[in-house]
Amino acid sequence: MLRRKLLKMLTGALPGLTILTDPFARLLAQDEETAAQELPLYGMGIQVDRCIGCGNCMEACKAENNVPPEPTHMRTWVERYVIDSNNEVHVSLLNSRNRTSSQIDEQRNVLRTFFVPKLCNQCENPPCVQVCPVEATFKTEDGVVLVDNERCMGCGYCIQACPYGARYLHPETKTADKCTFCYHRISQGLLPACVNVCPTQARVFGNLKSPASPLTRLRRLKKINVLKPSLNTAPKVLYTDLDGEVR
Amino acid sequence: MNLDAISASENILRETTGFVFPNEIDVLWSIMIVVYPYLTGLVAGAFILASLVKIFKVRELQPTYRLSLLTALAFILIAPLPLVLHLGHPERSYEIFLTPQLGSAMAMFGFVYAWYLMVVLLLEIWFEYRRDMVIWARETKFPLSWIYRILSLFSNDLSQEGLNFDKRATRLITIIGIPSAFLLHGYVGFIFGSVKANPWWSSVLMPIVFLFSAIVSGIALVLILYMVLAPMRGEEINMKCLDRVAAFLFYAVIVDFSLEALDFIHRLYESEESIHILSELIVNKLFLSLVVIQILLGMIVPLAMLAGIRIFRANAELRKLIYFVSAILIQLGIFSVRWNVVIGGQMFSKSFRGLTTYKMEMLGLEGLLLALVLLALPLVILAVLLRFFPPTGSPAKDLSAST
Amino acid sequence: MRKLPDSLVRLLIVIAGLASVVLCIRFLVLPRSLTDMELHKQSAVERELEKPIQFAGSGICQECHEDEPATLAAGYHSTLSCETCHGPAQAHIDDFEYKPKAPRQRDFCPVCHMYDPSRPTGFPQINPIAHNPLLPCIECHDPHDPVPPETPRSCEACHAEIARMKAVSHHVQLECKVCHEATNEHMLHPRAEKPTKPANREFCGSCHAEDSDTVATPHIDLKTHGGRYLCWQCHYPHFPEAS
Repeated sequence: MLRRKLLKMLTGALPGLTILTDPFARLLAQDEETAAQELPLYGMGIQVDRCIGCGNCMEACKAENNVPPEPTHMRTWVERYVIDSNNEVHVSLLNSRNRTSSQIDEQRNVLRTFFVPKLCNQCENPPCVQVCPVEATFKTEDGVVLVDNERCMGCGYCIQACPYGARYLHPETKTADKCTFCYHRISQGLLPACVNVCPTQARVFGNLKSPASPLTRLRRLKKINVLKPSLNTAPKVLYTDLDGEVR
Repeated sequence: MNLDAISASENILRETTGFVFPNEIDVLWSIMIVVYPYLTGLVAGAFILASLVKIFKVRELQPTYRLSLLTALAFILIAPLPLVLHLGHPERSYEIFLTPQLGSAMAMFGFVYAWYLMVVLLLEIWFEYRRDMVIWARETKFPLSWIYRILSLFSNDLSQEGLNFDKRATRLITIIGIPSAFLLHGYVGFIFGSVKANPWWSSVLMPIVFLFSAIVSGIALVLILYMVLAPMRGEEINMKCLDRVAAFLFYAVIVDFSLEALDFIHRLYESEESIHILSELIVNKLFLSLVVIQILLGMIVPLAMLAGIRIFRANAELRKLIYFVSAILIQLGIFSVRWNVVIGGQMFSKSFRGLTTYKMEMLGLEGLLLALVLLALPLVILAVLLRFFPPTGSPAKDLSAST
Repeated sequence: MRKLPDSLVRLLIVIAGLASVVLCIRFLVLPRSLTDMELHKQSAVERELEKPIQFAGSGICQECHEDEPATLAAGYHSTLSCETCHGPAQAHIDDFEYKPKAPRQRDFCPVCHMYDPSRPTGFPQINPIAHNPLLPCIECHDPHDPVPPETPRSCEACHAEIARMKAVSHHVQLECKVCHEATNEHMLHPRAEKPTKPANREFCGSCHAEDSDTVATPHIDLKTHGGRYLCWQCHYPHFPEAS
């Protein structure tokens, strides 16, 4: 932009120069347009009504991203909500495969119950990036928040600042770790591992800028909500059919 | 997930009540991060007490002036240590100076700290002790005399003009120092107060509450040190000075108490989404450390004792006893303030639906033992400082002889 | 000019010395690779991109396996990726000796299909205790084409979402077969034999054109309205109000 302004100023002052500067101006304009077209803005849709709580996503994420096996370190997880007739909300973590229904109390008078997948919301205004003292966590141009594990000093401030509990301190590298939307996969045109294995398309991945992406279709057809909108983090993980009790 | 992980998860889940996000089950910021704001608070508080002498001309406090300065220095040298020890990669901490992210409250720590240590404390102490160091350099024997000589930057100026300049310089530095001390600890409060994700921390009052609790703890510490050190040096405790320190302590506790009460009432009255989990937190997890130690033992009891003394004119011995006990209780209370903020803020889930447990290590890098060592280390440093820079200074006769 | 006090001069020399050393180190000695955050971010992104892939993705299997992906795509499991059941398979692509898992035990399918009250209504679920005890699922169901034992009776059974949407739209009175023709084969193999869809503007025009004789429907001039677009590019037929 600055360069173009400069060129304009030059040509304004010396009209004869236009012949010389015009080709450059056109080139610069082209550059800017193609750059804007090529860069995607990644986002994910979560169709809560489709999640069957199978836990495939959690398992695939751990396998794909070398996430420690303990359930205290999760890049993505699934929560089970049970709301009983007293309007009391019982939430539990789907802790592993084949154990999904062991926790539900048959006696409880269930009003409604459902699963909610969670992951890093890849906020447009990420509080974690704001607080990192050494810029080790940052937002890429395509909208994904990454951690530079050779820069991170493991202070844990970003973990405290995340309203969604999406970050943890990796016990091996001693640095902050989190969901990257499987950045190594999506940049090759593959889907994130969790989206790849989801059997019901409860997770929809795509480019928020592209009119042809499945995410754009989802945004057109469904009512969209995000988690904790009052914190103004502007998440790029968009939920459909989200219950108000989910935090 | 293998079977070990499953059984581990069940063990962990037993330590939580309600629902806690998986990544929040382990409490990340340990007792080390409790020690850090506690130490920083003592620095700021001790300095504020010292500045009362220089700026506000409270002459009765003169006997504690140098002690306060050295105390501040001893504690600020150790203050960043728990922070660095707690890092996953302490060896990368230089990055905070090299490539600070200016939007981060924590990145400013290095600069605020360096400013306070180098520009405020060291300079003020240097000007304050310059005359004495020149004299000591002349009087002591070889190795020591050279240390004084180097520390005084080979200064040899004992002219009245030079000494007057020293006085003006200390005064000027104190004027800069007061806002700096406010900045140092207010900023530590901001580190917590600006975390919007955490309703227990997120409060505009946080920096101010931190500041006043710092002043309280700093004054109480100097009071304790003065009462312990004076008899050790065979000096009589200056009761005028002691009464005055205790009076300031009393006012500071009142302000601190009011601020914390305001914060508490405000939260309760606004009664936002988080109020249920915060009440649960106080009742189930922080009852001992918040209600009993911080509020009752750390505030109400000392306040009552100090107020009682002002109403019923007690004799010197009783006053000393009560001041000492109150100051100890206040230290305990302020340590609990830091504990309740740091640990308390991590014991509830950001889902506002559950509580987790903090299990303190005993040994190890995050353990109680190291925390105690770090709390004791400033006292060792202070002892060394007092040995080489006695607050009594050089005898006055030397000055008359040399000028 | 007044002379600066001796002590201040000494201090200023030390401070100037320290400051120049620090600034020198920071701006002259240290290499740019240490201080340039853009470089650091770039290298972090590159390291992220180099991370190994475990799940090969949904498209690549059919390059060798022709039948199963085709069957899968035509059946009720069409939304599943091969790796949903077979596990991460990049290792298999790198080396065919490595065989991805092929779960055949009875405890595998209930991961998704055991009854669980939290699962969405309409999702096929069974009670593993009552449902043909001890028999492996694959005795009766081909996981690549898990035909239910009974054919669904109405479109809504599978297309509940569309049905719900249509129910609150102006097209509520239109039955599915007004616009779509579905054969019985479609109910058995939904992807193999797809229902028809309207192909041209004239189809909508049969109700909405100016010269059609329907009452209480909006009428438009097919020649001028919407130019060269097809009706459903602007109007979603199951919810035509939305454009």
